[in-house]
Amino acid sequence: MTWTLDDTWIILIGALCAGSCALLGCFLVLRRMSMMGDAISHAVLPGLAAAFWITGSRSSLAMFIGAAVVGVLTAVFTQWIHTLGKVDRGASMGVVFTTLFAIGLIMIDHVAHDTDLDANCVLYGMIDLAPLDQVNFMGMWVPRAVVILSSVLIVNVLVIAALYKEFKITSFDPALATTQGISATFMHYLLMVLVAITTVASFEVIGSILVIAMLIVPAATAFLMTQRLGSMLIVSVIIGIISAGMGHVTAMTVPPLFGFEDTTTAGMMAGVAGLIFFGVMMLGPQRGVLVRLAQQRQLSHRILREDVLGLLYRVEEQAAPAPGQMKLEQFHEVLQSGERLLRGAVRRLIREGKVQEDDGLYALAERGRAEARDMIRGHRLWESYLDQNLALPIDHLHAPAEHLEHITDAAMLARLADETANPQVDPQGKVVPASESS
Amino acid sequence: MIMSTHAPISLLAASAVTLRDVLEVFTFQYDYNTTIVVLATAILGIGTGTIGSFLLLRKRALIGDALSHATLPGVCLAFMIMVALGGTGKSLPLLLLGAAITGLLGVGAVAFIRKHTRLHDDAALGIVLSVFFGLGVALLKLATQMKGGDSAGIESFIYGKPAAMLASDLRLIIAITTLTLFLSIILFKEFTLLCFDDDYASSQGWPTGLLDGIMLLLVTLVTVVGLQAVGLILVIALLITPPAAARFWTDHLRTMTILSAIIGMISGWLGASLSALIEGLPAGAIIVVTAAAIFILSMFFGTKRGILVRSLEHWRHNRSMDHQHLLRALYELTEHLPAGSSTHVKRSDLLNMRSWSDWRLGRALRRAQRDELITHDARSYWAFTEAGHIDAMRMVRNHRLWEMYLITHAAIAPSHVDRDADMIEHVLGPVMVAQLEKLLADKPTVPDSPHLI
Repeated sequence: MTWTLDDTWIILIGALCAGSCALLGCFLVLRRMSMMGDAISHAVLPGLAAAFWITGSRSSLAMFIGAAVVGVLTAVFTQWIHTLGKVDRGASMGVVFTTLFAIGLIMIDHVAHDTDLDANCVLYGMIDLAPLDQVNFMGMWVPRAVVILSSVLIVNVLVIAALYKEFKITSFDPALATTQGISATFMHYLLMVLVAITTVASFEVIGSILVIAMLIVPAATAFLMTQRLGSMLIVSVIIGIISAGMGHVTAMTVPPLFGFEDTTTAGMMAGVAGLIFFGVMMLGPQRGVLVRLAQQRQLSHRILREDVLGLLYRVEEQAAPAPGQMKLEQFHEVLQSGERLLRGAVRRLIREGKVQEDDGLYALAERGRAEARDMIRGHRLWESYLDQNLALPIDHLHAPAEHLEHITDAAMLARLADETANPQVDPQGKVVPASESS
Repeated sequence: MIMSTHAPISLLAASAVTLRDVLEVFTFQYDYNTTIVVLATAILGIGTGTIGSFLLLRKRALIGDALSHATLPGVCLAFMIMVALGGTGKSLPLLLLGAAITGLLGVGAVAFIRKHTRLHDDAALGIVLSVFFGLGVALLKLATQMKGGDSAGIESFIYGKPAAMLASDLRLIIAITTLTLFLSIILFKEFTLLCFDDDYASSQGWPTGLLDGIMLLLVTLVTVVGLQAVGLILVIALLITPPAAARFWTDHLRTMTILSAIIGMISGWLGASLSALIEGLPAGAIIVVTAAAIFILSMFFGTKRGILVRSLEHWRHNRSMDHQHLLRALYELTEHLPAGSSTHVKRSDLLNMRSWSDWRLGRALRRAQRDELITHDARSYWAFTEAGHIDAMRMVRNHRLWEMYLITHAAIAPSHVDRDADMIEHVLGPVMVAQLEKLLADKPTVPDSPHLI
């Protein structure tokens, strides 16, 4: 593909739009009102139609006012139906926005059927054509969308900066905000007005549904990545801008690989944003699904290996002076773990030199014996501790000790020995192995 | 009856709508197309109304929103695959299959996000619906570029094309609605349990995952055939609005489901009929507005949770509370007066006894006077009649017994007791009074107040 000035404009427009949306989206996500973005973006339709009907033109100011009014009405009606009618919030939102959307469709059919205020434009947006519609701004010809979206972005940034503390406190704790004299209701409706205005400004560019993508997806991604509101706002804007840039590039370059021409930038912006969200959800450093899954697996494998060592130690203890040996099937029988998992655990133990194999019979190697001894020591000391301090019945000591033995380190072991006065036998009369160091 | 498959759906405005037309449209006797549309939307309304009831009670009303948007990439992909294999991409069942697959995928994604991240329902729904729709829009543009296919049909999934509905569409809608009704009836008990206490259900060994899956599958099927008929936003409305309207009339799930199905049916039938009669009214939008009108009526006039009924109850409750407060105030003002002195009380003294407005006191006074419980003398000072005094004694006795119960048995500080007692005395039945009397047997007829009045 060849890069033109139009491509730069498209990315700039997408980035302005994504940035304005992401800022507000953070507050929607934090207030658990993401679907309000969906509701408002559908419900502003009658506002647009009414503005067109009254002024007879597609002037931006009238559209913004119409949208803001209906945006607030959506929030007000939803609130009324929720409190007066005691209807679930989601359902009341659904009733309000579908009804307003339907009314909007009827109005558009009647008042504006030969203008470009058609439902199609509202639904998909026209970002790929936006650079063509230029206006003279301070002596320069720039796309109209750039002027409008820059103004919206500036308004959003200014309002959020000026009322940062108020937005923050009402998002996290509306009750506290009220006690501090901040009207949570006012902030709620202010946010709704901003969402409505931003939605309308973004409509022509990326369409009503994809506005929701830009409102929610970057903000939700940032929510998963950060712990503080300030960084969440910044991260969400960056993700929004990346989605816009990558969205346009992929829309231009990916379809030709499969023998198509290009596709819509707006659609791909949502797609890229979704991809980023998916990546962060799965691979996020601390809470990523895959990361947590891997941690869980590692933990369960470690526990299984420790259980094998512990089992061999006990067998050795009972068989003494004969060597304690076990077959793989016996591990399976006692530990109730899958054969494949056990095989893997044993293989790793052999590799680490903790277990030795002799003709299908497994026994502790010296290194493994030391580790197992510490673990069994931990187990039996825990049983003594639980017996002394919690007075659990004697047949209830084993299960908790079984859990605790895996998370007991050397320092804890020493402390435990102190606390239990270093007993020679555990409550069941089994010998507590001496510690390695003593 | 005109049997023409090409007849326009809207009557021409030039020929004025006659009463006969109206009758024919509403009784399915107008032209063939109109009859199909009216029947199809009415039957679709039954399906969405039924399954929507369960969604509403599970607080998942908006799942239809995410689901219907998530169908778009499936429709486009199905179309593209069909065209790539040499077809025209017009096979409706395959398009619907594609829609159902990505729709279910979307629902699954919502569940996944909810389970594995700290995001809440709302964000999960928003992410899924917008990202899937975005991918759908991108695929749609590609689909239109494919040679040999006719992609015009895809768009009807977004807006719906009620006017272009065919007999085959009607048959599909009937089949899906019948399946929905059948499974909802067979699994009614299971669905009910799932709605009210899914934890209990799973602890009792019900396969809640499977039941959930069946419910969502039904939602998906109904949504997908509905998309075709009335369009994206409007099928969402048909899933949410009828059950929400039905909820105002009843507290029973069975009644609510039936009512919701009926409301869905009426919305479809009335909306499609109106749209056929009046030119320029898009059918889908009119159906939604009809459903919304029924919702608003229900919200005000519903007999169980309607605003009117509840405000009436509230008003009655306030009135009886005021009445009891008046009798008690008058009693307490006169109870320790020396024998022989006047038992008449100034209105301003009564007003100071409680934090009530002068208007509310006036209303309570008028009512009590009408019931001949109190009278006033020439100076407009108030006093009990014989009957009023007996009533007041009973009431004050209840109140004080209750106060004492709270102090002795619930260990509540005397200074806090009056308000608590106030709130509960209005619901204190004779059985409870008898129990309290037994508990506090050695008290005089009207025990002294345990705190300063």
